Amino acid sequence: MPADLMTANPDGTLLDVRDLCVSFRSERGIIRILENVSFTVREREILSIVGESGSGKSMTSLAVMRLITDPNAIITGSITYKGRDLLKLSPKEMRALRGREIAMIFQDPMTAMTPVYTIGWQIEEQLRAHQNLSRRAARARAVELLGEMGVPAPAKAAGRFPHQLSGGLRQRAMIAMALSCNPSLLIADEPTTALDVTVQAQILELLLRLRTDFGSSVMLITHDMGVVATVSDRVMVMYSGIIAERGPKPDVLGGPTHPYTLGLLHSIPPMHGEKPHRLPSIPGSPPAPMGRPAGCPFQPRCEFRMDACASRPPLFRNGMQEASCWLAEKGMPDWAHERAIRAAGEAA
Amino acid sequence: MTIPSKPMLKAESLHKTFKVGSRFRAGGIQHLHALSDVSLEVYPGEIVGLVGESGCGKSTLGRCLLRLYDVDDGRITFKDRDITGLSQRELRPLRADMQMVFQDPYSSLNPRRRVGDLIAEPLRVHGKHSASDVQARLRELMELVNLSPDFLTRFPHEFSGGQRQRIGIARAIALSPSLIVADEPVSALDVSVQAQIVNLFMDLQEKLGLTYVFIAHDLSVVRQIATRTAVMYLGGIVELGETDRVLHRPAHPYTAALISAVPEPDPQGNIKARTILRGEPPSPTNPPSGCRFHTRCPVAEARCSAEVPLLRALGDNRSVACHFPLDGSAAAHA
Repeated sequence: MPADLMTANPDGTLLDVRDLCVSFRSERGIIRILENVSFTVREREILSIVGESGSGKSMTSLAVMRLITDPNAIITGSITYKGRDLLKLSPKEMRALRGREIAMIFQDPMTAMTPVYTIGWQIEEQLRAHQNLSRRAARARAVELLGEMGVPAPAKAAGRFPHQLSGGLRQRAMIAMALSCNPSLLIADEPTTALDVTVQAQILELLLRLRTDFGSSVMLITHDMGVVATVSDRVMVMYSGIIAERGPKPDVLGGPTHPYTLGLLHSIPPMHGEKPHRLPSIPGSPPAPMGRPAGCPFQPRCEFRMDACASRPPLFRNGMQEASCWLAEKGMPDWAHERAIRAAGEAA
Repeated sequence: MTIPSKPMLKAESLHKTFKVGSRFRAGGIQHLHALSDVSLEVYPGEIVGLVGESGCGKSTLGRCLLRLYDVDDGRITFKDRDITGLSQRELRPLRADMQMVFQDPYSSLNPRRRVGDLIAEPLRVHGKHSASDVQARLRELMELVNLSPDFLTRFPHEFSGGQRQRIGIARAIALSPSLIVADEPVSALDVSVQAQIVNLFMDLQEKLGLTYVFIAHDLSVVRQIATRTAVMYLGGIVELGETDRVLHRPAHPYTAALISAVPEPDPQGNIKARTILRGEPPSPTNPPSGCRFHTRCPVAEARCSAEVPLLRALGDNRSVACHFPLDGSAAAHA
């Protein structure tokens, strides 16, 4: 099927990931990185995947892009994009899709771009690889894109090498490159982590504009709850290779139903209101994939651990929100919120 | 909070320039003005937060305060003693009293040495402890930073980022210093672990009566920990005062913009309510004339590009370097 005939499902689902498991064969046995991750991205939607280091959020995005090249990787499940299972595509078919249908931007544009060509050349290359454009037309389009991304003096900037630009401009150039072929889905892996807050605010504003100006959906990988609150429609919280909680942003951030989300939100020092004497914190640190406990992976750090936690909880749905916690089976009780705040304040 | 009248550490009009580039490359040698005319006083028992974006000179200032860098001009007084011109040899006994915690707990610990050796090194170098004292002190230090004494025989790679930062802190407090400069000590950590380390810093300050200069780019962390805050921009302090005043009623337009740019985990959060600064900080090799912020400032006028604003007192224990400081009450809504 030619790429331009591809359309999203009638219900607006662009990407449908089902039971995605990623494991690696190693000397010490099979290391399970992602376990049964399922989610959807709808058209013109910004889905944030949030989690700490090692939670599997980047691995999820690499799997969708089919960029896990390690021969020891075992990937199961399905990744359906506009009705086609990406895991079943040939490398050639995948190559035609990458950049044109699904594009990706990375945390550090300095390492994601080649240092030996100008940024204009790099955007041109992408355009010419996917569209039948002359060199001159490609350059004109590249300059136009840089301008749209808010790069000052775009024609001049196109002639510069990545190292000659500031971090914010490099990130804009990378977004310009990613959007050059009008992809339906943009995967942004920690796009603002390396940037200063004032520049981060500019890039986030740009990401928000993508859906109106380019009609793109965005899958945003981040560790920063503030970034999540600023740009996303829906949120998926990951912990140690599983989905801890997901749902619409106001629900998840306003009334988390998984103890991990609750703890994560409370451990951010507030910018307004009263300062806690002690910051509520989650004890311990996230487990390594090899040392992941049986049952709920969060239980060793959880305030609400109970006997049921020895077996892995499925995702329980409460309204629009889902959480993989036995507490969420009947909806998280109010006392849990209060106790979490109190306990975290005392224990830390 | 009452502030003792006598500063422990006093920096007066510090200047620091680095040479960048090379005679043999395009552009030649350039001078990067990392600090220009920076003055700061640190009083015993307080936590001074240094905030600003990358390249504003906050780390350089931290290092200059400890004489890890030599300043080009200015004077640093530590406990009534002028340490600006002291030689490395003369500084050595003072080093025990002023220590540093680094940002990256992965590169600041020697991977080939055991945790016990790493923490004991300052004790041995300064030779104040006998061998049995060292062992006792090591256990005490591990307890202070909430690590099991069993970890003393392990290597750094066996620990998570948060645990490594605890080791770095144990090493810094080993000699019971009175001043610690912490350079972005929680920036490399995950949020849930970051909160633990911020709490640890606050606990140690209470238990040991420490004084910190706490460098961070995260305003919410500084709000939590610092008694006073200095906001830096392109090598100079633009605003200095009690943390709550500075962060809730900023007087400098840059402080206001910085606060406004911080994304908050507010469920209804949206970007439209914020004032977004255009552009990026200019290069410190070629700083703008007059007020260094005038190129991005929303309220700049002609005077700002001609005349350098000096840091002047506003009354409420606060100083600001701006010709047109924001009205405190209005600034909260800016």
